[in-house]
Amino acid sequence: MNVAVVKYNAGNICSVDCALRRLGIEPVITDDETLLRTADKVIFPGVGEAASTMRYLRERGLDRVIRSLTQPVLGICIGMQLMCRHSEEGDVDCLGIFDADVHRFSPAAGEKIPHMGWNSLYRVDDRMFPAGVEGQYVYFVHSYYVPPCPDTTAVTDYIHPFSAALHKDNFYAMQFHVEKSGAAGERILNHFLNL
Amino acid sequence: MLAKRIIPCLDIKDGKTVKGINFVNFRDAGDPVELGKAYSAQGADELVYLDITASHEGRKTFTDLVRRVAANVNIPFTVGGGINEMGDVDRLLGAGADKVSVNSAALRRPELITEIARNFGSQVCVVAIDAGWENGEWRCYLNGGRVPADRELFSWAEEAQNRGAGEILFTSMTHDGVKEGYANEALARLNERLSVPVIASGGAGRMEHFRDAFRIGKADAALAASVFHFGEIPIDGLKAYLEKENICVRR
Repeated sequence: MNVAVVKYNAGNICSVDCALRRLGIEPVITDDETLLRTADKVIFPGVGEAASTMRYLRERGLDRVIRSLTQPVLGICIGMQLMCRHSEEGDVDCLGIFDADVHRFSPAAGEKIPHMGWNSLYRVDDRMFPAGVEGQYVYFVHSYYVPPCPDTTAVTDYIHPFSAALHKDNFYAMQFHVEKSGAAGERILNHFLNL
Repeated sequence: MLAKRIIPCLDIKDGKTVKGINFVNFRDAGDPVELGKAYSAQGADELVYLDITASHEGRKTFTDLVRRVAANVNIPFTVGGGINEMGDVDRLLGAGADKVSVNSAALRRPELITEIARNFGSQVCVVAIDAGWENGEWRCYLNGGRVPADRELFSWAEEAQNRGAGEILFTSMTHDGVKEGYANEALARLNERLSVPVIASGGAGRMEHFRDAFRIGKADAALAASVFHFGEIPIDGLKAYLEKENICVRR
């Protein structure tokens, strides 16, 4: 299988590379339009800040490329947030693939920000997850979140319920770091690769 | 619900784990990668690899090890020990570490925390603090507990957070190695004053000690070394116990 990972100014791309290799896939890490268009699957990962990463994508025309991809595309963490309409992080318009906005967590009494660590998935939709994921723990690190919306395919509760995953047409997204989520993460990533 | 994290810590010298291991059916106890994979399979939530080598060659060996851990281990891991400047941070994150832990260098030059947070984000920046209870206060120490610093635990932890630390790893030198429980009172006070996660370290001897670090100390995570390495407390057994005690853990 031919898997492309979008190369841009975000950290954490090497951990996605490592996770794919553990599943026996040798991905190509690229910002080349042709390579992205011809891949069987595209992964849009990352750790970073919304406004600066959006600016980077626009300057290179990658915003247009990602939006118009037709094969299964998976956004992870900031990748998922950038696929939404707008982010409060840097007050920036994003790719607008999902009809949802990204907000900052407001600290409630005793709750810490970022939301960091293992939390469970519920209301899991089997359109994008293997069986048995309901209630499983996955690894999160984020300060911004997408509220539950019609595209939500899994929910996690921290301070309040938020979208742990989204799906629309050929676009899939996960707020958690599927590449760092132990055996559960490997099953979920493998399921996406076999869509 | 956000789970409390259990974190085994591995001391590394010249690319090998230092402390003894007592796992059943475990072939290469000295290999930190194999050990990390075994801990992940047992249910560890994160790993900490601490480089205790002093030499230049040792540093290079450690970086190679970090690369191998990143390739083989499927949970987040933090690396620490001998991180003195941004070049070290760059090198270790570039090799695939998820977080770096700074200790003495941050006490000597607190701007290091600011620089790490600005360049890579707070989520990669763990500030480790070694402190001992003496003359009515928690005194911070440098160089693995050998040199007293002119700082007190709570104000230093707060400054570290304000400078951009994403987590505070507090080791009580008073409790470390004694195996009679974590410094729960100090942990609870830290937790009250900080808005970033606190990792408890030093003092684990029995399963109840983990429960108390979470329940009384309000810690977000608990780190231990010897009780895991010597097989005294299996991680899967510990998590079953904590769950029974109504503490939220990942199973």
